[in-house]
Formats: sequence, C-alpha cells, structure tokens
Amino acid sequence: MPARILIPDFGMGNLHSVERSLHRMNVVPVVSSDPAEIKKADKIILPGVGHFKKAMENLKSFNLIDELNESVLIKKIPVLGICLGLQLMTTKSEEGNISGLGWIDASVVKFSIQDTLTYKVPHIGWNKILLSKKSNLINNIPDLSEFYFLHSYHLVSDNKEDILGETNYEYNFTSAIEKDNIMGVQFHPEKSYTAGTKLLSNFIAI
Amino acid sequence: MYRPRLIPVLLLKDKGLVKSRQFKDFAYIGDPINAVNVFNDLKVDELIFLDIQATKENRLISLDFVRKVGEEAHMPFAVGGGIKTIEDIRNIIHAGAERVVINSSAGLNPDFITRASETFGSTTIIVCIDVKKDIWGKEKVWIQNAGKSLPNTPVEFAMLMEEKGAGELIIQSVSLDGTMKGYDIGLIKEIAKAVSIPVVALGGAGNLNDIKKMYKEGYANGLAAGSIFVYYGPKKGVLLNYPEDLKNVFN
Repeated sequence: MPARILIPDFGMGNLHSVERSLHRMNVVPVVSSDPAEIKKADKIILPGVGHFKKAMENLKSFNLIDELNESVLIKKIPVLGICLGLQLMTTKSEEGNISGLGWIDASVVKFSIQDTLTYKVPHIGWNKILLSKKSNLINNIPDLSEFYFLHSYHLVSDNKEDILGETNYEYNFTSAIEKDNIMGVQFHPEKSYTAGTKLLSNFIAI
Repeated sequence: MYRPRLIPVLLLKDKGLVKSRQFKDFAYIGDPINAVNVFNDLKVDELIFLDIQATKENRLISLDFVRKVGEEAHMPFAVGGGIKTIEDIRNIIHAGAERVVINSSAGLNPDFITRASETFGSTTIIVCIDVKKDIWGKEKVWIQNAGKSLPNTPVEFAMLMEEKGAGELIIQSVSLDGTMKGYDIGLIKEIAKAVSIPVVALGGAGNLNDIKKMYKEGYANGLAAGSIFVYYGPKKGVLLNYPEDLKNVFN
C-alpha cells in the first residue's frame, strides 16, 4: 500500500500546484477538508497562501485543528508545511497578531529591511538556501540550491537546532525547519524545478 | 544571493500568442500551451500571460486556459485580463495561477486593489501600470481599454497602488513596447525609489545589455520582456528562447 498523503483543503490559496507536482511524480494525494481524512493520513502536506489570521480562522471553522494536533503531535506522522503552511506551525504571527498551531518554537515577523531600494517587500523570486544541518528532506539537494519565494513575513526560530536552512535577504532568515516529524519550507518546492521536485520526493520517501 | 527575475510576458489574442509593437501591429507567435512546455524546458524564472482582449470584450481571461497552463507549468505564473471582481481572482487562483495581474480595474477603481489584497494577501496582487507619453512628451498613466490617461503622474499612481495594497508593480512603457530600443530606465528608477514593493520593468528590452543596465541602474526586481523571448537572431524569426547567458547576467 502506498502511503496516504493528505493535503488539507482549508480554503487558502493554491493547493493544486502542489497536487499537480505530486501527480508528475506519480503520487496521488488526497485533497480534502474532512477531518476524518486526517485520521487516515500517513503524511500531511500543509500548503497555503494568504493571510495568517484568515488561515487560522479557516482551520478552526473547518474543524481541522484537533485532528491535525493528534496526527502531528501524538501519532507523529511526517508533516511538511509550505509557505504559509510553515508559518502556521509556529506559536504566533505578527500578521493578525494571533497564535498559530504551536508545533515549533518559532514566531512569524514581517521583513524588517534597512536598504529598501535593493530589498523590496514582499520577497519575490529566486533565492538560495544555506543548509544548516543534514536531513533526509534535503538529501541530494546541493547547498545553495535556488528556490522560488513569495512572502512578506518570515520565521524567527527560538530553537537553533530546528533550523534546517537559512536564506539571505539583506539578513539571514529561517527558510526551512525540521523538528523530528515536523518539517517546513518558506519557499515553494512545487514551483522550483529540479531542486523542488527532489525535496518533495524526499518527503514522500521519508 | 537574491537575484532579479527574468520574465517572459506572453500576450493572448484570439487564443493564440501574439507580440505587439506600441500596443498595436500584432504578429502571431504560436500556441500558448506549447510555449509553456518550451519555457518549462528552458527553466524560465516565471511567466506572465495577459489576455489583451478580455477587458475590451467585457469578459475574464479563460479559466479553462488558466487551468491548462497550470497543468503544464512547472514555473510560477501570473495571469491578467478582464479581472474586475474578488470572485474573478478566486477563480484564477483556484485554476492554478500563483498571482494575478490587474490593469484597467486598478486605474479605474483603486479601492478594488485594497479589497483584493485584504482577501488574498498582497503577494497575490500585481498591478500593471501602462505609461505613455502625451503629445507634450509628458509621461502619463495610460488606461488602454478606457482610451484615456489618468490625472496622476506615474510615480503618484505607483505610490497609490502600494498604499492600496499591491504586492508588486509592473511598469510598462507603451511607447517602447516591441521596439527593442532599451527600457525606460529613468522612469523605472524613479518609481523604484518611491515605493518599497518590488517593481518589474516591461517594454523596450532588446538585448542582454538592456536587461543588465535596467537592473544595475534602475533597481528593477523583475526584468520582463516580450520580443527578446519570442524573436531570435538578426532576422528576428519567431523562436521561443531564454538564453542561458541571461541567468548569468547578474553575476
């Protein structure tokens, strides 16, 4: 039996890009807003684009939070957050000033840029990842690989050991985390050609 | 570490790809989905599709088309054409585009940009500002589909769009469109200095040097173009291309 990979649909942005890139790898995920599907999942990919507060409200109104906590914190199934999906795993965000899922010791802040002529916000485009530790998620992905970013807020990790990679945009910020079964990337692997496909297939293989 | 994006901008007309010169004289380029596949192989940074007839015909860019692009595109892409409502944006994102490009509606109804960015996040919303010189040579914000210009200067309008919640601006020079004479560096630089959101230059790029100059002197975060990505060689035959040198331009 292939692993059941769930992409929770909680009404936040473009889930289909992730779904399509999995299809290209001959992986068929379940895309669903049904909490019962979380219970059945072997792995979860949590994407998301948009406003942090709205995303948390949607997770609540779709009744997904208890099942997600159960799967990720108790059953400890592998979970990969992408972009806003990563940010939701933190304890709190400046965007809407509310609490996140609290799975990792980190918070989300807006870019604080000095040289505003060179470094515009949102951070949009291709940038490199500086790998901080070894991990199956980044197996065979060379240090300084380029990925596609699209965000105005970023993680500040309270626990250095959780940092899997950093990216420089005037200063270094946390662009990938890994804490046991909990993984997340700020960039969009589903839109990052070879390196992105590799990262997703690594997650599938975990 | 961070580098600007090089973005082919593809124009849709009667379901085919066309290239314009100064917003007219359309030449047929080819099939848009085929173009996505070619640009996949060339690993372009991003693609932008604009349906240039949608607003005039009072319709939205075809969602079926956006879905087809989404199925094929390995790269991030944005689409524009006839976007007037929040529902339009929702449908386009749901069909698979990362971002939307708003042009006429931004000029005619700036508050729409606020509602759009509050609903989808400013990262989703690109405003395309067309700039055209009037008969006195003064640069004006031009609304092609309304056949008129706005009273604001391009810089004022760019600042207004930032204030309303746009996440990125495309500054397109109508006079330089398709001429391959080089970007309007002065205009882009003036706008890049006035706003803190990314600015994409469009209109006039003719070679690698134009692109390099635009980035170094004009502070554009994105270098967009049509002609250089669809015409090739001294005779300017139609050939989709994305020279490998392009990515090294900034090193």
